[in-house]
Amino acid sequence: MRFDTVIIGGGLAGMACGIRLAQAGQRCAIVSQGQSAIHFSSGSFDLLGRLPGGEAVSDPVAGMAALAECCPSHPYAVIGAENCARYAQEAPGLLREAGIRVAGDCRRNHFRITPMGKAKATWLSIDGYLTTPQVGEFPFKSVCIVNIEGFLDFYPEFIAEELRKYNIECRFGSFNHPDLEQIRRNPSEMRSANIARVFDHDANLEALAEALRQQATGCDALILPALIGINRNDSLEYLRERVGLPIYLLPTLPPSIPGIRAQQALQHRFRALGGEYFLGDSVLSSEIEQGRVARIFTANHGNIPFEARRFVLATGSFFSKGLVATFDRIVEPVFGADTVSRPSRSEWYTLHFFDRHEYQAFGVRTDNRLRVVKEGAVLENLYAVGAGLAGFHPVQEGCGAGVSLLSALHVAEQILKD
Amino acid sequence: MNIQQNSVSENNFEQCIKCTICTVYCPVAAVNPDYPGPKQAGPDGERLRLKRPDFFDNALKYCMNCKRCEVACPSNVRIGDIIQSARIKYGPQHNTSLRNFVLANTDLVGSLATPFAPVVNTAVALKPVRFMMDKVMAIDHRRVFPKYAHGTFTSWYRKHAAAAQEAYPKQVAYFHGCYVNYNNPQLGKDLLKIMNALGYGVQLLDKEKCCGVALISNGLYKQARRQAQTNLRSIRTSVKGRDLDVITTSSTCTFTLRDEYPHLLELDNADVRDRIELATRYLYRLIQEGKAQLKFKDTTPLRVAYHTPCHMEKMGWGYYSIELLRMIPGVEVTVLDSQCCGIGGTYGFKKENYEVSQAIGAPLFRQIEASGADIVATDCETCKWQIEMSTSKPCEHPLHILASRLA
Repeated sequence: MRFDTVIIGGGLAGMACGIRLAQAGQRCAIVSQGQSAIHFSSGSFDLLGRLPGGEAVSDPVAGMAALAECCPSHPYAVIGAENCARYAQEAPGLLREAGIRVAGDCRRNHFRITPMGKAKATWLSIDGYLTTPQVGEFPFKSVCIVNIEGFLDFYPEFIAEELRKYNIECRFGSFNHPDLEQIRRNPSEMRSANIARVFDHDANLEALAEALRQQATGCDALILPALIGINRNDSLEYLRERVGLPIYLLPTLPPSIPGIRAQQALQHRFRALGGEYFLGDSVLSSEIEQGRVARIFTANHGNIPFEARRFVLATGSFFSKGLVATFDRIVEPVFGADTVSRPSRSEWYTLHFFDRHEYQAFGVRTDNRLRVVKEGAVLENLYAVGAGLAGFHPVQEGCGAGVSLLSALHVAEQILKD
Repeated sequence: MNIQQNSVSENNFEQCIKCTICTVYCPVAAVNPDYPGPKQAGPDGERLRLKRPDFFDNALKYCMNCKRCEVACPSNVRIGDIIQSARIKYGPQHNTSLRNFVLANTDLVGSLATPFAPVVNTAVALKPVRFMMDKVMAIDHRRVFPKYAHGTFTSWYRKHAAAAQEAYPKQVAYFHGCYVNYNNPQLGKDLLKIMNALGYGVQLLDKEKCCGVALISNGLYKQARRQAQTNLRSIRTSVKGRDLDVITTSSTCTFTLRDEYPHLLELDNADVRDRIELATRYLYRLIQEGKAQLKFKDTTPLRVAYHTPCHMEKMGWGYYSIELLRMIPGVEVTVLDSQCCGIGGTYGFKKENYEVSQAIGAPLFRQIEASGADIVATDCETCKWQIEMSTSKPCEHPLHILASRLA
């Protein structure tokens, strides 16, 4: 199979890169080992929330410029502050063209609310989520937080505890329905996707609207877990209209319904542009000729290799096994690329869960064009994008989605320029 | 220090991180609340079953073995295999209701039916007969039965084709499967036409039995294993004795021969597995390597919508069939979203599964109706039956479309 570019990994970075290349007329394939971490999405995309020293960032573009000065190995520094600013302007368009309705500004972070009710700085949020321009500036004075009876992945009490710190009056409501009794027979499977399917039925959505209307009397707004609209995108508008009040969603524990939708939207977009998406396959070996990747062999395709002029490594970090930690080193399993890590395992982590652990910044070694380095030499046609890159702390810095999107656009540009 | 690499669990089940993505993509869990979903039925339940076999949950029978959970799993856990293996190991051992026996023994029933095909086909289309089958055998009366051919593919081959095949310079072996033999010999003839046009003679295996997929899903494991052993013997004779690749036209047979034999029936096929492949993949490779060229005469415009069967999705080979269709002049291909049609082999024939089966397929049927296609193409015979019964479009194998337009 011959392509212009083959991308290994179908998460946010791989898909964004594929979409950009396919838009430019390239024949692209994405090989993905199962569904991606987009299924765990909070509903928001972070660009930069904190600098490595812990200072809060309000203007991500300015923050990225500062990063470029202080941390030359950060992907934003490697990509370059000016390029980052440009890609940060472009990226929302790419998501919106795929049908993901996001709002936000790369010059001004807004705040998303976590499943625990905490505010976190972010860049883009999917339509419907509760966001605030500043910490504590909620768009209501009183709110009714409604959960689905028996749903264990959403915590109204914690959320109320946080909101009450800002003098928001909180009430609780709950909803039940005979169709939910059916899924409740498997208590461990009372999960977001199963519940969301129940609300895809008109009659059930209407029943929810009716219950919300009754429970919200006297409140300015409603908060719901993000459990509606797995196969349709008009559910929230419908509820808002029927209830006559603003309704805001909060993320649940995984799987994330808006994440599932975002994944499918990106996949559809890539395919609609002529991209080939190979799901559930894994790369077993590769052949490198004169410093270039010539072809890769996968589990499903056996003796028919994927051949391309360029390859993109978008396999992610530890969760998706783009990086594997053995007892003494960090391995990139597809190409055996060089990795950036610390020699002594004791330096990889601390004993405090919420610390800035060194392992989080481990990743694939690249040159300044994000080309992958193997045994000290650059592989000329293999680029790395996304979570597998080295030099950043996605959680502490709040920059995971940003690094994925911006590195994807940067590599797409490198490939198209060549 | 290689402890992690060596700590491999059966079917990779220790790799499950409980992310629930499999359940999101399970076609059965989406419509049948009695089924606990692949995470619960697979890796979660396996922990309990390893402790005590009586934790086995009968609801595992609702799994239709589509393997879409495995395709979705980010951690490479063989969830479908865990579930099916649990059914084999812990499930009811004598699951031989008359209904299941008849549905599972496609081979036996096919060879009984084909001599009397006109009578059988007319009979099973009659309302009273379907009513009886529903009441007595719990085969749903709304299900349209596939037609039997009058005379098998193999008998046609021996009489009319075998001698001519020897003349071709290159040869392949063909695992035709029950469907081609008893229901649609034309597809086998189409394959011969294409291979012959490319200079390949087509040989039958020494002895071919049903691949056994329906036996496995109906709990007839011993028989499945026996038939698999016969097939593997014949395939080895072809591959090793005569150096012939074995090609197939059914995605599910192919998947069963290559992957279910080692994973579920514990029969090692590593020595021949890579030599068993779908004819569409075989053709794609010949054409890509410049070893063959197809010439077409009929170029009338035809809009084809390709449906990816579940086991095709699992193998990842839909691409080859789609690319072959795209090579045909005049054919415009749209690829339907890869989703289960609901039939699941014999699953959808059973009275207790009929509603679930049609509910699973509904989104696909809607997409087919809205596609504007003249015809649906797919590599699976049971998908074809389901699509033809549940939509207004005809459904054919990609090779049938290809053969009918060949010069």
